[in-house]
Amino acid sequence: MIVEVTDLRREFVVRRRAGRLRRTRDVVAAVDGVTFGIAPGECVGYIGANGAGKSTTIKMLTGILVPTSGTVRVCGLEPVRDRTTLARRIGVVFGQRSQLWWDLPLRDSFRLLGAIHRLPTSAWEPRLAECVQLLEMEPFLDTPVRQLSLGQRMRGEVTAALLHSPELLVLDEPTIGLDLLSKERLRAFLVRERAERGTTVLLTTHDLPDIERLCDRILVVDHGRVAFDGDLPGLVARVGAERVLVVDLAEPGPPLIDVPGTTLRAVEADGLRQHLAFRKEDTTAAAVVAAVSARVELRDLAVHEPAIEDVVRRLYLE
Amino acid sequence: MSVIAVGPAVALAGAGYRRWATYRQAALAGVFVNTVFGVIKLSILLGIADSAGGTVAGYDAASLSTYAWVSQGLIAVVMIFAWTELADRVRTGDIAVDLARPVDLQLSWLAQDIGRAAWALLSRAVVPIVFGAIFFGFYWPTDPTAIILLPVSILLAVCVSFAGRFMVNLTAFWLTEIRGLVLLYVLVAGLLGGHLVPVQLFPDWLQAAAYATPFPAMVQFPINLMTGQATGLRALGEVAVQVAWAVGLLLLGRLVLSRATRKLVVQGG
Repeated sequence: MIVEVTDLRREFVVRRRAGRLRRTRDVVAAVDGVTFGIAPGECVGYIGANGAGKSTTIKMLTGILVPTSGTVRVCGLEPVRDRTTLARRIGVVFGQRSQLWWDLPLRDSFRLLGAIHRLPTSAWEPRLAECVQLLEMEPFLDTPVRQLSLGQRMRGEVTAALLHSPELLVLDEPTIGLDLLSKERLRAFLVRERAERGTTVLLTTHDLPDIERLCDRILVVDHGRVAFDGDLPGLVARVGAERVLVVDLAEPGPPLIDVPGTTLRAVEADGLRQHLAFRKEDTTAAAVVAAVSARVELRDLAVHEPAIEDVVRRLYLE
Repeated sequence: MSVIAVGPAVALAGAGYRRWATYRQAALAGVFVNTVFGVIKLSILLGIADSAGGTVAGYDAASLSTYAWVSQGLIAVVMIFAWTELADRVRTGDIAVDLARPVDLQLSWLAQDIGRAAWALLSRAVVPIVFGAIFFGFYWPTDPTAIILLPVSILLAVCVSFAGRFMVNLTAFWLTEIRGLVLLYVLVAGLLGGHLVPVQLFPDWLQAAAYATPFPAMVQFPINLMTGQATGLRALGEVAVQVAWAVGLLLLGRLVLSRATRKLVVQGG
């Protein structure tokens, strides 16, 4: 096991105003007895709603937050005690923060990180060249980081985390705020990184496609506890994640209750807009569209993918 | 804690230099302000010396000019004014990134600060001193010990100043918002360090108080080597005091840092 977490718990004290001068002091457990292990080479999606305890867990895994109780071992080390040793063996991307030098050209950050990790030039330069080529970073390598777009910066962040060829890559919301193309480019890169080097990956995300493309395994946390541990089909089967086809008809029509493989979820404006829910296993969007247009005249349509939050919420409602 | 190796330290110092060298207009504006205030400071000091009969506490007009211009030139080098970069990173949680690096937090920031000081020496110190030397009387040091010790003393002043600022910034781990504390620190450091007026001009009790703090080691001691106030053994003694403050404060800072990281709460998601 490259990551071993046993009965991990972290409490925070939250002070609230209660009246003019009085303050109440509440103890909140952000992580409340989490146990899991990650085998070398696995890619695990660590998901949950905001405030579920994802980032808190990651901070404890990287040694920058002291657990209240429980044990953590990463790469055989104790993260808080061996923080700097561990930092040589893992790569971390905090999606909301930057590890690049804000005022300097992007290239300088890589040179500095190479020096900080005490890597000989022969070790990090080929690695950088590879990332630059795959992530198409050549055009902005000499641009100061503060002038990069979010998508460009995020490519730089991931490269910075991988420059020292870590055994474990921890990504805290790596695709947050990126456009579709940038997300896809990053995913393709991570897929390749895993295939070529067998890097173990732990990532948190709110993006279902991230998990579909990248993860063999999902850990769902809710209120600081592991609510699900398994693969994506298993999760979807358990909660029945649905896609929803929203159709706008040319004129008000009867409720579309008899389309095979779908359930009518909602009817708006006297039947001008109807919501049909269906599961991936039962039918395809194309088949549903064909079945609908055989019955009525379609003006517009949209397919809504199940949001990770919905899946998690349903899991918790069980 | 692993001590930083030469390679990373040099790279980080280089980064500190280049980061600050990026903003040339800011340096230019700083030079202008420091020079204008140098004229004001010197006028006041010369007025005091004049009313005291030409010399005051061992300073004559020329050495007061040297004091004024070197103290103005060193403002940016030893960073007498507010520095909250580290505290800001604690407050926003960006400190997480620094802690996730395989380098010693304190020494990696020290290395970057020395790089920053090197840039400040070239960009902010030279112009006021040359300006003062050309347009006002100037005392140039003659004592060989003082001249040899000068670069060492400036480097040590930067280290002592950094160690002090680092510790003030570390309080952000407990206080989160430290602007008030920083303002107080800057005022006290500027006064007791001898940045506003030379420590030698203080009444005895205030001199004693000042010498009990590390602040003269940040400002007054390197200036003393330029003004001829410290020569020979006294120069050596003051540099030794600087070494003691630098080592002592850096060690104390490490202690505080280890306390801070033990209770560490990284802010933000």
